[in-house]
Amino acid sequence: MTTGATTGVPGDTSTSLTVRRSKSGRRTTGGVVAYVVLLLVAAAILVPIVYAVLGGFKSNGQLAANPVALIPDPWVFGNYADILWGVNAPTFWGEVLNSVIVAIIAVSVTVGCASAAAFVFARMRFRGREAMYTLFVFGLLFPTAVAILPLYILIRQVGLSGSLLGVALPQAAFGLPLSIVILRPFFRSIPIELEDAARIDGCGSFGFFWRVLLPLSRPALATVSVLAIVTTWNAFILPLVVLNNADQWTLPLGVMNFSTTYSSDAARTLAFTVVSLVPALLFYMVAERHIVGGLTGGAVKG
Amino acid sequence: MRADSPGTRSGPRLSAKWLTISLFLLPALVLYIVFVIFPIIQAAHFSLYKWNGLGPLDDFVGLKNYQVALASDVFWQAVSNNVLVIVLSLLLQIPFSLGLAVLLNRRFPGRAIFRLLFFVPYVLSEAITGIVFSLLLRPDALFDSTLQTVGLQGMIQDWLGNTDVVMITLFVIISWKYFGFHMILLLAGLQGIPKEIEEAALIDGAGRWQAFRYVTFPLIGPTLRVSIFLSVIGALQLFDMVWVMTGGGPLNASTTMAVNMFKTGFTRQQMGYGSALAVLLFICALVVALLYQRYVLRRDIDGAVTAYNA
Repeated sequence: MTTGATTGVPGDTSTSLTVRRSKSGRRTTGGVVAYVVLLLVAAAILVPIVYAVLGGFKSNGQLAANPVALIPDPWVFGNYADILWGVNAPTFWGEVLNSVIVAIIAVSVTVGCASAAAFVFARMRFRGREAMYTLFVFGLLFPTAVAILPLYILIRQVGLSGSLLGVALPQAAFGLPLSIVILRPFFRSIPIELEDAARIDGCGSFGFFWRVLLPLSRPALATVSVLAIVTTWNAFILPLVVLNNADQWTLPLGVMNFSTTYSSDAARTLAFTVVSLVPALLFYMVAERHIVGGLTGGAVKG
Repeated sequence: MRADSPGTRSGPRLSAKWLTISLFLLPALVLYIVFVIFPIIQAAHFSLYKWNGLGPLDDFVGLKNYQVALASDVFWQAVSNNVLVIVLSLLLQIPFSLGLAVLLNRRFPGRAIFRLLFFVPYVLSEAITGIVFSLLLRPDALFDSTLQTVGLQGMIQDWLGNTDVVMITLFVIISWKYFGFHMILLLAGLQGIPKEIEEAALIDGAGRWQAFRYVTFPLIGPTLRVSIFLSVIGALQLFDMVWVMTGGGPLNASTTMAVNMFKTGFTRQQMGYGSALAVLLFICALVVALLYQRYVLRRDIDGAVTAYNA
């Protein structure tokens, strides 16, 4: 369009103007349709969430009498209060704590091990490197579910059954492939001159890795950590088999159990699910850039 | 590394290099072998035995577990449910996500908010999402009452209790959770295509649809393939949501390969048979992976295969 205008040929300018006019005309009608579609999809996402949030402020009587009403009348604060500081508070906060502990262990172990391995895969040449890297890449395909039965036996044999470590370590192991796959190209992109300079200054491999490579790779490390946190936080099948003791349950297990225990108390269950989703939502708001960037980053290189 | 001249490479230098490599690689390798590779091999091993998971592993039955699995109705029910989710995802969920990505690829006010919002379900736990929807789908809860209010009470179903409907219900909720992920992926792909290319086509007289069909669409091919691949792998391993919403029921109508395996191993304590089911699931994932390797360039996989490995 701009090229058409800058050529200065009158005919050119007029055609480009008509093109522009017809396009903007289509854009208005098309735009309205697009907005309607987008708003419908937005509603489909928001309605269940908002309904659950507001449902937690209702009594069961209100939920049963008028399920379609969105706004509670009157507002009931007991459901949330019970969970946040009342009778169910120890359960809820205990589960938050367990989820946090598992996430911290799993993420530190994954990121630590993956960055060391990715360093070797990115910056050293040795026989068998690509084969070994491929071994890790293929791990992306195999979810925890495939290995869950033998994993359960293994965890029981090594005495980690019923311990948060028994969830965190396998979770960390399953997080390695993705982390390595994201970190390797990043580590590779750091110029060789920096490595040479570090060596001249007396850095060994470890010195270069620790003092130069890792500090320079903060964005990639953040992405990897954030993705590992989301995966671990939402993990379900592994905690389901490893954690047999209610005090050790993580949030997804806790919610499942709460919903069965209080199956006749829909309002309270709604409140419990809502507060359990809050940490993930807050985390998403803070780390959205890393989550989206990390997931899409490599996918569109092709 | 390259700076080393061949002369200095021998002796202590070389072993120092290997020492560094092993020290850096060992933690990841040990963790990965112990908790990922070894259990998968163990599954293959257990699958040859009749075993309840507790006593000694001594009742060798050869391939009998596989024969039983392949002759079992529940197994094929599970496979057909996984296939149904794959087919519906490819026919409905991915095109829907692509359509939204195209809409969001234009500049207009509010675009960032829509993008942010559509991705929200992806970060929520699949299990917790399932529980929220179970509550909304109870008889006479929000969903049924809404249908009643708008005069569609004829459509009301026992959403999770009717064997003909339950998989469709689950598919809709799975799509609710994952379309945003595919949309974001495809949107990133679209944004990687220079605007000038499509504009050139428009100036050359192509309609909007033609420009999309013949210019944009081929160019997002690689991203689309990644999206399809992730969708298939995700559908193969479907477990969390099904487990909390239906447990595979009613009458195994919503069972999946992973649910069937889990029930066999843990609920019925048939670890040997359950392991055979795990190996069969593994083989399905492997076949998909090999097909992907065969037909899609290797570079697509770097950094992309992510989403469902929860």
